[in-house]
Amino acid sequence: MGIQDRLIEDVGLREGVSRLTEDKIQKTVNAVFQGETGARLKAYAEICLRCGMCTEACHFYLSHDKDPTYAPAAKVKQTIGTLLANGGRVSPDQIYNMAQIAYSECNLCRRCVHFCPVGIDTAYMMITMRRICHKLGVTPQYIQDTAHSHSATFNQMWVKDDEWTDTLQWQEEEARDEFPDLRIPLDKEGADVYYSVIAPEPKFRTQLIYQAAAILHTAKIDWTMPAEPGWDNSDMCMFTGDFEMMGRLKRKHFESAQKLKVKRIVMGECGHAFRSIYDVGNRWAGWKHYPVPVVHSVEFFWELLTQGKIKLVSKYPGPVTLQDPCNIVRGRGLGDKLREVIRILVDGEIVETASNREHNLCCSAGGGVINCGPPFKNARVAACKAKADQLRATGVKTIIAPCHNCHGGLDDTVHKYELGMEIKFLGDIIYQCMERPEA
Amino acid sequence: MYGIYNFVTGPLVWASFAIFIFGSIYRLVSMYTLAKKKDAVSLAYMDWKFSFRSIFNWLIPFKALGWKMNPVLTVVTYVFHICLLATPILLSAHIIMIEESWGVSWWSLSDSTADVMTILVIAACAFFAGRRLYQKDVRFLTTGQDWLILTIAALPFITGFLAYHQLFNYQVLIIAHVLAGNIMIAAIPFTRISHMLFAVFTRAYIGSEFGGIRKAKDW
Ligand code: SF4
Ligand code: SF4
Repeated sequence: MGIQDRLIEDVGLREGVSRLTEDKIQKTVNAVFQGETGARLKAYAEICLRCGMCTEACHFYLSHDKDPTYAPAAKVKQTIGTLLANGGRVSPDQIYNMAQIAYSECNLCRRCVHFCPVGIDTAYMMITMRRICHKLGVTPQYIQDTAHSHSATFNQMWVKDDEWTDTLQWQEEEARDEFPDLRIPLDKEGADVYYSVIAPEPKFRTQLIYQAAAILHTAKIDWTMPAEPGWDNSDMCMFTGDFEMMGRLKRKHFESAQKLKVKRIVMGECGHAFRSIYDVGNRWAGWKHYPVPVVHSVEFFWELLTQGKIKLVSKYPGPVTLQDPCNIVRGRGLGDKLREVIRILVDGEIVETASNREHNLCCSAGGGVINCGPPFKNARVAACKAKADQLRATGVKTIIAPCHNCHGGLDDTVHKYELGMEIKFLGDIIYQCMERPEA
Repeated sequence: MYGIYNFVTGPLVWASFAIFIFGSIYRLVSMYTLAKKKDAVSLAYMDWKFSFRSIFNWLIPFKALGWKMNPVLTVVTYVFHICLLATPILLSAHIIMIEESWGVSWWSLSDSTADVMTILVIAACAFFAGRRLYQKDVRFLTTGQDWLILTIAALPFITGFLAYHQLFNYQVLIIAHVLAGNIMIAAIPFTRISHMLFAVFTRAYIGSEFGGIRKAKDW
């Protein structure tokens, strides 16, 4: 029991701590505490009553036979709490442990907020720990690679500028077999909709761009995508603790939309990118709210379906269950709209999981955990056991998950726990069931 | 003995209330100054409506998910806090003392009710101590501070109970009781009991974030 007994070897963390000394750690930790945190951290650290009310909130705890070291407040105690108690002076090995906890044992899902009587936000404490780790150069290798990619290319998957436009043209060509006059309009000034995606889409989920183009085309939306960097709305830097880069990413994204004078940004089915835009990245870049209106595709699809811009020729056979993505439901109140969209699309019942809407259990992939890559995969899927149990109990065969991270996480979960369920994006279903004018 | 009694019920009470009041003001003002200086991105989102919405909903027993999932703790927590605050304020012995020196008085509890409430506070403290000792997750979290505030909260009630029932040496106990009460009052701003001052703001803040930014409830 305890972090010592579950350490995972990661070259990024290992190399990172090998360069540290206690002096260096202390200097950096205190620079963050004094320079970047304030009353919020101080109050949280002081008034946490160590009551354990938040314990039952966390799927890491629930999935690990109630191991107390996975409880939210316990994770704070083993990270920020220890740093505060020691005046920031700890050993490099301790930093390794803390990094593993902060990066891979908390999804920043904020479920625990709903359990804490004094309103402590454990996710904030964990992200502050990540910030310290980032400044110490101790970050898991895989997610750091995506952050490097962000710095070099403004997208997280090392997609080169010509590769991006080539991919869009390729998808446009593919789609024209089915929709002869479909276009993916690049850099169209003044368009109603600026459609932004995450970099894994052009990299290895190109069918999602195809589907989105098909839907936007069918709905006769005046839309565009940018030809230049800014098109990737994702934000791994928010999760590594590289806030400077996070701010640059958001600025690039919004400025690319402003340059094209579009009316609004529509984002694909992604959770973390949405969080970065309405909650985290915008603040760092100095915008209280976002400077260009942004809607998530759940809201956008809701508009298309309720306004009759997309009509269905069939309904998707239910019953289904759904995964409420933390960042759009607990994070942005889209739970009702999501259910309305599903009710329009699906023939049959929505069987809710035991914990749903803003009380949902996280897929265990979010918060950058899945992006920490293969070394942490088994531990991540193990932490999804509680979720798997809830999914199995629904007894249905389809999970609708309008978020990339949820998709990836649940894919592994369904496989590991032999749930025999398939996972769908809303776009998959709309594309499959919509009326095609040209057909 | 009488001299000590006069001292603890006289100047010491003044001192502990002064520490409590000025200490609280100091803590609140310095926390606010710090927040203004360093937490602009949090302060910017404070919102009266969502603050009260959150506080209100969390005051209702069993409303928030956390209360629902910890039913026994919820009952004990509510009983503990209500009795802890109401008993000393509404105890007739306290009110008589205040009336004698200041000429003001208010409604009081019957002595038997106050006695039961005192026992409830002590029992709740025993329950909290039991959790700290035997419940794995809470034991992992517990620090010296937590034992300290539990002791500070329990002592005035234990001594008060013993004194009221004239068990052991009344004179010693009543002095111990007044002393323990004074310590508790003075400790509020400078121990974890400061949650009494700050929790309303942390609650209001997270309520504002959830209501205004995340458009979701936080209970
Ligand atoms: S994973 Fe979610 S519930 Fe668990 S500690 Fe992190 S934010 Fe809280
Ligand atoms: S519920 Fe809140 S106060 Fe209690 S241990 Fe958890 S974080 Fe601390």
